[in-house]
Amino acid sequence: MSAVQPFPVSEVRSPAPATSVDILRFNTCGSVDDGKSTLIGRLLYDSKSLMEDQLEALERSADITGGGQVNLANLTDGLRAEREQGITIDVAYRYFATPRRKFIIADTPGHIQYTRNMVTGASAANLSIVLVDARAGVIEQSRRHTYLTALLRIPHLVVAVNKMDLVGWSEERFNEIRTEFEKFLPRLDIKYVKFIPISALLGDNVVDASEHMPWYPGPTLLRHLETVHIGSDWNLNALRLPVQWVNRPNNPTDPELHDFRGFSGQIAGGIVRTGQKVMVLPGGQVTTVKEIHTYDGPVAEAFCPQSVTLRLEHDLDVSRGNMIVAWDHHLPGASTDLRANVCWMHQRPLQIGKKYWLKHTTHSVQVVVTAIDHRLNISTFEEEPAPAGLALNDIGEICLRTAQPVFFDGYETNRLTGSFILIEQGTHATVAAGMLFPPTEVVRPEQSEFVI
Amino acid sequence: MLQTPVPTYHLDHLQHLETEAIHIMREVAGEFERPALLFSGGKDSICLLRLAEKAFRPSDLPMPLLNVDTGHHFPELNTFRDHRARELGARLIVRTVEDAMVRGIAIPAPGEISRNRLQIPTLLAAIEEFRFDCCIGGARRDEEKARAKERFFSFRDSFGQWDPKNQRPEIWNLYNARLNPGENMRVFPLSNWTEQDVWEYIRREKLEVPTIYFSHRRRCVRRHGQWLPVNELVPPKPTEEVRELVVRVRTIGDIISTGMVESPAENVHDIITEIAAARVTERGSRADDKSSEAAMEDRKKAGYF
Repeated sequence: MSAVQPFPVSEVRSPAPATSVDILRFNTCGSVDDGKSTLIGRLLYDSKSLMEDQLEALERSADITGGGQVNLANLTDGLRAEREQGITIDVAYRYFATPRRKFIIADTPGHIQYTRNMVTGASAANLSIVLVDARAGVIEQSRRHTYLTALLRIPHLVVAVNKMDLVGWSEERFNEIRTEFEKFLPRLDIKYVKFIPISALLGDNVVDASEHMPWYPGPTLLRHLETVHIGSDWNLNALRLPVQWVNRPNNPTDPELHDFRGFSGQIAGGIVRTGQKVMVLPGGQVTTVKEIHTYDGPVAEAFCPQSVTLRLEHDLDVSRGNMIVAWDHHLPGASTDLRANVCWMHQRPLQIGKKYWLKHTTHSVQVVVTAIDHRLNISTFEEEPAPAGLALNDIGEICLRTAQPVFFDGYETNRLTGSFILIEQGTHATVAAGMLFPPTEVVRPEQSEFVI
Repeated sequence: MLQTPVPTYHLDHLQHLETEAIHIMREVAGEFERPALLFSGGKDSICLLRLAEKAFRPSDLPMPLLNVDTGHHFPELNTFRDHRARELGARLIVRTVEDAMVRGIAIPAPGEISRNRLQIPTLLAAIEEFRFDCCIGGARRDEEKARAKERFFSFRDSFGQWDPKNQRPEIWNLYNARLNPGENMRVFPLSNWTEQDVWEYIRREKLEVPTIYFSHRRRCVRRHGQWLPVNELVPPKPTEEVRELVVRVRTIGDIISTGMVESPAENVHDIITEIAAARVTERGSRADDKSSEAAMEDRKKAGYF
């Protein structure tokens, strides 16, 4: 692990924003020695997010355990067991801000529990940073990380080639690593990839442009994080409102509220407008949006991922786990047979014939595993047979049969309506994260019980 | 022809954090039988209440408010707590450490003056008394490094214990809320909020906060590197000089351990400016967190919020 003392200071940033900015979520993942903690320390420090008492605490622990050397890993390794063993157990979240943007870092460790932690930390990310040690080049871990970024459909990947100071700031070395990556990148479907040569320890190209690498014309890492376009990361095409909670006031004193019946939820896709025709699933009834209610008053339209309450024209039986969708040509899939890639997260393996709870949007349903087609080797990207089922940290393609129909989209079109978790019955452990394949059949109008 | 503005369909950071928190509030209402919302009257739980209003109005809040009163609260805080609960028409349940001590549920160590640890058995007894299966709390991950590792839905076993090594993975916005009898969930909708976000939200929503957050004159003594407010629980020692300072609280713990910060901040805007320039963290003024590097981790493992 990299230790620095004192931490070299670059320009102190101006205070964090007080006005309207957006949020970028990113994850960092890497092996023990690639300088990840140093990089995060650098970002926090140079964005003025590292406070004096945190530095004092670092220095205190350095005096006690570190032989007097400040170890930036102690900033992110929060738990006693981690400090004692010098490892990172789980995902840690860090926050910093610049005048342009707020950032949420999901910091995931790169050892054995790698896949489980990476999937947990990266599932909601807009961007993923893979750190490569310039001396070591592309290693298995770099390939796995890149593959998981693609599988999770994180739109942006940054390959940060670190420790450039230790390879003499060599443009040639940087290009070699880039070429190695570009050999396998085309097999993965990642929208935007950026390569940046950095030295996290010395700060080159992290916040401030490097004086040592004039051959690199691109932005610094922070500049890239501040400016990367994330506006289109949500699906705004097809309206999906999974109903979370039915809002029906008990004994309201206000007579206006006697008939109030609203369906509350976070819009998981698309845009909803007052007066729009919508269909309620699983019933298939078609009705009209009478009002989009919010605490701050009714609005004419709302979009993903806003949380709203819809009032419908007709008095329908709608409850938690149902889904309200646009009555248009963007209907979701409907099936009791699902095909998905799953990341297995538990010691007890996934086996054919076993039953689980599936939680998809706000809908929980029993499922049975009907087939395990293959497991994926995330180092070679090859499919392999999985006769013994899927073990902890395996990724594989499976089939499930559900007790009731599930209304869904392919994960590639909508991360919220295309994802699920599996919960073990009895222990209630979360055992898998699943990404659904596109539906083979969409909801058909004739499935409707009636159309109003 | 009229030009209509092109809609942007874009959320700023506060709207983003708000919709995430509302979603979590509603998951609690949808998944649990008997939830409660921990309300202290502090700035974080003030935001929680507004988010609960946003999630559930025009209905009544589908959960009572619960507060563990250590008996060492700032009086301004309890006044505010009661006033806000009345204003919302919410049911407020208060359980006191004092009472738990009388009943032998909370037992102080010899010479233990702080009520901090004693909140834990008091809270666990209240959870048992009302059979709460879920408590919503205002903890944030930026406060402290044990919290930085905690989930939105933080599973507690039948002893109320947090096991940091065995947390349920949280993926996308899918929260596993399943419990066996006696088990409990703590849910933290503000996990991703920073101190700055909380104050910006208070400003945007025009939320009322207890007056001790704003600068006022107060008699203080210097102890363990902080300014402690002089009161009957914190009498000045003969060697200590009492000084009247213009101070405010940045975070509210018990009156015996909360350091006052010297500050001219008279309103929310001043506070936001002050935080933006701050060089120490919020919990830098809390003696309860300084007792050891793993203080919070140890308390959470024992059942703390």
